[in-house]
Amino acid sequence: MLDNSIGRNPSMGEEQLLLLERLCNACAVSGDETEVREIVLEQVRPYASQLRVDALGNVLAIREGTGSQPGKPGLPPPSSLASQSSAARRLRVMVAAHMDEVGFMLTYDDEGGLFRFETVGGVDAEHLLGKPVQVGQEHIPGVIGMKPIHLTKSDERNQKVELDNLRIDVSPGNGRKVKVGDWATFISAFTPLGPSFCAKALDNRLGVASLIELFKSPPPDIDLLAAFTVQEEVGLRGAGVAAHALSPDLAFVLDCTPARDLPVLDRSGKSENTQYNTRLGFGPAVYVADRSTLSDPRLVRHILESAEQYGLPCQIRQPGGGGTDAGAIHKQLAGIPSVSISVPARYLHTPSGLCRAEDWKNTLALVYAALSRLTPEILAVER
Amino acid sequence: MPANTPDTNQAINLLKKLVSEPGLSAYEDPVRRMIEEAWKPLTDEIGISRLGSLHGLHRAAQPPSTGKPPSLLLAAHMDAIGLMVTGIVDGFLTLTQVGGLDQRILPGQRVTVHPADTKNSRPDLPGIIIRPPDYLLPGEAHGKSTPIEYLLVDTGLDPLQVENQIQIGDLVSFAQPPIEFGEDYLAGHTLDNRVSVAALTCCLEELQNRSLAWDVWAVATSQEEETMAGAFTSSFQLRPTLAVAIDVTFGDGAGSSGHKTFPIGKGITLGWGPNIHPALHKKFAGLADRLEIPWKLEPVPRMSGTDAYGMQVAAEGIPTMLIGIPLRYMHTPVEMVSIKDILRTGRLLAEFAASLDQNTMDRIVWDA
Repeated sequence: MLDNSIGRNPSMGEEQLLLLERLCNACAVSGDETEVREIVLEQVRPYASQLRVDALGNVLAIREGTGSQPGKPGLPPPSSLASQSSAARRLRVMVAAHMDEVGFMLTYDDEGGLFRFETVGGVDAEHLLGKPVQVGQEHIPGVIGMKPIHLTKSDERNQKVELDNLRIDVSPGNGRKVKVGDWATFISAFTPLGPSFCAKALDNRLGVASLIELFKSPPPDIDLLAAFTVQEEVGLRGAGVAAHALSPDLAFVLDCTPARDLPVLDRSGKSENTQYNTRLGFGPAVYVADRSTLSDPRLVRHILESAEQYGLPCQIRQPGGGGTDAGAIHKQLAGIPSVSISVPARYLHTPSGLCRAEDWKNTLALVYAALSRLTPEILAVER
Repeated sequence: MPANTPDTNQAINLLKKLVSEPGLSAYEDPVRRMIEEAWKPLTDEIGISRLGSLHGLHRAAQPPSTGKPPSLLLAAHMDAIGLMVTGIVDGFLTLTQVGGLDQRILPGQRVTVHPADTKNSRPDLPGIIIRPPDYLLPGEAHGKSTPIEYLLVDTGLDPLQVENQIQIGDLVSFAQPPIEFGEDYLAGHTLDNRVSVAALTCCLEELQNRSLAWDVWAVATSQEEETMAGAFTSSFQLRPTLAVAIDVTFGDGAGSSGHKTFPIGKGITLGWGPNIHPALHKKFAGLADRLEIPWKLEPVPRMSGTDAYGMQVAAEGIPTMLIGIPLRYMHTPVEMVSIKDILRTGRLLAEFAASLDQNTMDRIVWDA
């Protein structure tokens, strides 16, 4: 584990789990992040030297380092970095975690408590039938019901579920308590499962909880520019403007990525699952490339070295699809070297994601270790 | 009126309690113990059948001078649909269904795995039903809803822990807690048919201060969802003079509003068809009208798919009736029901029991 000479390490215990539970049970579908934003503001306010909510609803919180010298706001040209010694300058590091989750919006009142709805973010209709949801700021309960099996034919049961055929039912008595335009999300209580836990919105309350912990116990030698972003699930909308405002030297993005480490059920010869993306129990997932970003190789190298130095597990996320806030951040201003680290979790964007407590703990430890080892020299090397 | 009429709050609390215990078909033990506890103070005698049905007797107050009093059997099945473990693959469980399940509701459901290894008293384990991505499934399963055989349960445990704690044949029940919508509507799993058990319990409460001419058997039947074995055998054993099955019926809701469904909260249904004795139907209809309990006729043109089907042909045959409580989204974990309809059912049953006298059977006849 980390040694104390670096500073007070962020830890993960009962208190952090309770905060994560609170964050997961809060409702914050893209565009409606208020509930999570309030928790974030409450948690970071005592520690922030600057704190504001921007035009889109991002929470931007700054906590200056205590070691080295302060860096200058704004991004100096890379060439000037080489001339500064590490003692002379603190890196300004943006760490971003999106607050929003996938969910629904009511779009049409079918009367009698039944509402048509659309998905917000990537939700697969296959996971919706027979699930409870909560609607609006009052968390009015609803269910996504269906024709009973007794009245269906097997053809109908074999077909893929079509969103257009589904309704949110808030019961005949509550039809006036919700309205078209209200957001909705799953009801799915945070539940420990042995070494794991499951909850809705692990993507990305894990990242939010990690960033809060980092902010409370920051690495001493950097200026920590925390961005709790909005609208990641609908196109990385918040992160870009946050990066513009913070103008960091570099950025780390904390997110949650799918683990598809399931058995092959095709008995026709395929024997190995080669598209697992990440695996539970193998530690934090470091991004080399996804559909939105080619991570800065210097930062990837730095993270892998940090893991080795501190004996922390870590895995390379299989390069391929997906995206994080880094996709918007790295293209801001004149370019911001960026990398993403995620907690691996199964069944994201369904009512119940599942992750290992140990993977979260190791992710927080690795991010802390990597941030603690950062010096301006890292950007002096050519990419 | 007697003082024992249950109110909405009592009914909601009773129902929430009744769905808090599993009781999959043929494994009704946990819920049966709970019902027995509720019925014991309300009955004069209580017993369990060979196949696990619970029999509670409210004895006639004025038995005839000779022989036994006639008896009324009120049957509500207590068993629940669910799943069973068929195998373990890399620490994930494969499944089959107990009772009728639409595979499309399963991905993403919270469940509880009940290890049967009583010797080591393994604790129940929470889990999630999950749907592997298409690329892990054979081509035949692509592009459509995933068959149950390809769905898995993830318990969050390491594969070795799973192998040590779970075995093939273990039961898996739905774990979604019930949801209240104001004071009249409740959604949850297993409301089919615990709402009828609740209605039957309300009936027993209402009968507390009443002296009856008939014996009344309250029966929580087993195995309705699979074979109706409880209804066949309990009605044979108890040989009632009349039998009434209380079960849920299709409520109109999302995906199903039409000629085969009934609105929830707007009253009950009285079954009509070959499984039902027409004179008994008429007696119930007349009583409901007198009590101003709203009801609709539910045509059941073939087998009713309820305990009424089993009881009608027990022994030498029993005049049988079917009462339906409309319920939305039957056989899903978000079944929705109106508490009012439960109270209406309990009241109708109690008033029916109280209306029976030594001459009743003279009127339950054919071609009258």
